[in-house]
Amino acid sequence: MRVVIAEDHALLRDGLIRLLEAHDFQVVEAVDNGPRLVPALVEHRPDVAVVDVRLPPTFTDEGLKAAIEARRQVPGLPILVLSQYVEQLYARELLTGGGGALGYLLKDRVSNVADFLDSVRRVAAGGTAMDPDVITQLLARSTRDSPISRLTPREAEVLGLMAEGRSNAAIAAALFVTEKAVSKHTNNIFAKLDLPPSEDDNRRVMAVLTYLSSR
Amino acid sequence: MTTVQTTGQAPPLRFPRLAQPFVALGLAVLAEIGIAFFVLNVVAVPLIAVWVGIPLLLVFVPCVRWFANCHRTMLSAFLGTPIQRPYRKPPMPGVLMWLRTTLADPATWRDIAWLLVNAVLGFTLNLVSAVLFLASVFYLIYPFLVWVTPDGVFDRPFGGLFQLNPLTAFAMVPLGLVAFLIWSASGERLLRANATLAKSLLGPTESAKLAIRVRELAESRAETVDTQAAELRRIERDLHDGAQARLAALSMSLGMAEEMVARDPEQAAALLTEARLSASTALSELRDLVRGIHPPVLADRGLDGAINALALTLPFKVDVTYDVPGRPPAPVESAAYFAVAEALANAVKYSAATTAWIQVTHEQERLHLLVGDDGVGGATVTPGGGLYGIQRRLAAFDGTLTVVSPTGGPTTVIMELPCESSSLKITPSSGTA
Repeated sequence: MRVVIAEDHALLRDGLIRLLEAHDFQVVEAVDNGPRLVPALVEHRPDVAVVDVRLPPTFTDEGLKAAIEARRQVPGLPILVLSQYVEQLYARELLTGGGGALGYLLKDRVSNVADFLDSVRRVAAGGTAMDPDVITQLLARSTRDSPISRLTPREAEVLGLMAEGRSNAAIAAALFVTEKAVSKHTNNIFAKLDLPPSEDDNRRVMAVLTYLSSR
Repeated sequence: MTTVQTTGQAPPLRFPRLAQPFVALGLAVLAEIGIAFFVLNVVAVPLIAVWVGIPLLLVFVPCVRWFANCHRTMLSAFLGTPIQRPYRKPPMPGVLMWLRTTLADPATWRDIAWLLVNAVLGFTLNLVSAVLFLASVFYLIYPFLVWVTPDGVFDRPFGGLFQLNPLTAFAMVPLGLVAFLIWSASGERLLRANATLAKSLLGPTESAKLAIRVRELAESRAETVDTQAAELRRIERDLHDGAQARLAALSMSLGMAEEMVARDPEQAAALLTEARLSASTALSELRDLVRGIHPPVLADRGLDGAINALALTLPFKVDVTYDVPGRPPAPVESAAYFAVAEALANAVKYSAATTAWIQVTHEQERLHLLVGDDGVGGATVTPGGGLYGIQRRLAAFDGTLTVVSPTGGPTTVIMELPCESSSLKITPSSGTA
């Protein structure tokens, strides 16, 4: 699988390259600043790009803006944004472009190698990988009279994992229940949130996230 | 009950219009009593030469200041703006130091000059205003007075020019009307003239105003330095007890794992897991710390983005209106952000609100921040509380905080920060070309 990396910190960049190459990814280019990122993405059209939010020259949200711009030029280009901190505003901006193949994770998550690689593969395959912190904040926003408050704790848990981008099988494994139980929960959730159920994993996550963030 | 608190001076009193003649009468009486203060001081000053003057002044000057302060409060009602107290503070404690500062303070002498001016001009102005009103009342009820009093008391007006009976006394009533009209046209003006006259002597001179300003600035600077030192101590403590300790533990676990990896791979793997968890925790602690010092989103997106991001994290609906051209200077931006964040945190903690609104506007060289919620209200500024913290933070910038929070809600926190338009930076267009 071909990967483009954008990270200004040399140590972290080398670490990411080493980590990904050790797991059968091919790093086709690693850039260390914002302006070079968009051309690199458009030229290589990688299977997935791993992008830091803060990049030179402005050291603000260059990486995020480059990611959004690259996806405007190449629709559906899979991008996993890594950041030192999670910000709902940024999650929302990424998602408003529409489509899947998106991820937004804390850099800390890289230290859990298995989970991180799983996220990269999920994004490359067109899925989503949202940081649990983003999801927690989104779920915490449920007000007294919002439909989210009608969910049982278990359903909220399932919704959280679903919104992170996990499949029913992965949710079942994480919660130590059967897949059948998970699909029952998801149906309940869709009913309570007035969302028409769909077979498409990605669209259902997008629907949930859009619903949550549009309030 | 409505609680309104402001950092600035209390708003001036208001007298009802009908109370004004009596206030004026009182002021006229006080003006003559002031003569006594004047004489006492004027006598005491030359007596300093024979030492007796010193204890006398120690008593008389505070009396005059108290007397003048009472007038400052009362007269500000007619001006609509407070009259500031112009006195200098002695730089060092001690009776003689106080006496020296006081005698060198122009405000002391201006007070004494005012006593004299007030006894003549102030007395006249007040008396005319009061007498106009009283005369109008007197002549309006003149027939009644003639009727109820024995002969010879009121029935020979103007020094006995002519005699009246209760019926002919009605001829005097138009005089009352005329007096009333003159009073209603000029009564308040006379009082305002007196107040303006007093202000020119009781209010601070330009240099005294500067001295007061310097004092205020010195106080707010001391407070800022204190707050910042406390903040640095907090950061140091957080780093020392948190991230630093975790990193030490991490490096220890790694060392042990390195030593163990050949002998006992299983144990080494467990240690490595522990090390990784320790590193994650350290990172998350550092992240919280950074957010407390300067939120990254504020650096990235400025006040607009940061406030919008803040609104997204709240458990209720928040309407954000942001209308500021360009970016305020970084310190103002940061103060404004933390003030809004704290006000919102307060709303989340205590208000039980379902919606909130934030308005940020720039008018008349000031940044206006308004945070409102539809909660239970009853918010007050108490020392040590969240709102008090905002007040201190804003005071460093000469900003103010006003809380309007009747019991039952809604609560509105109005904050203002000076921010000149010339210091607003227009951000370079951040298009992603």
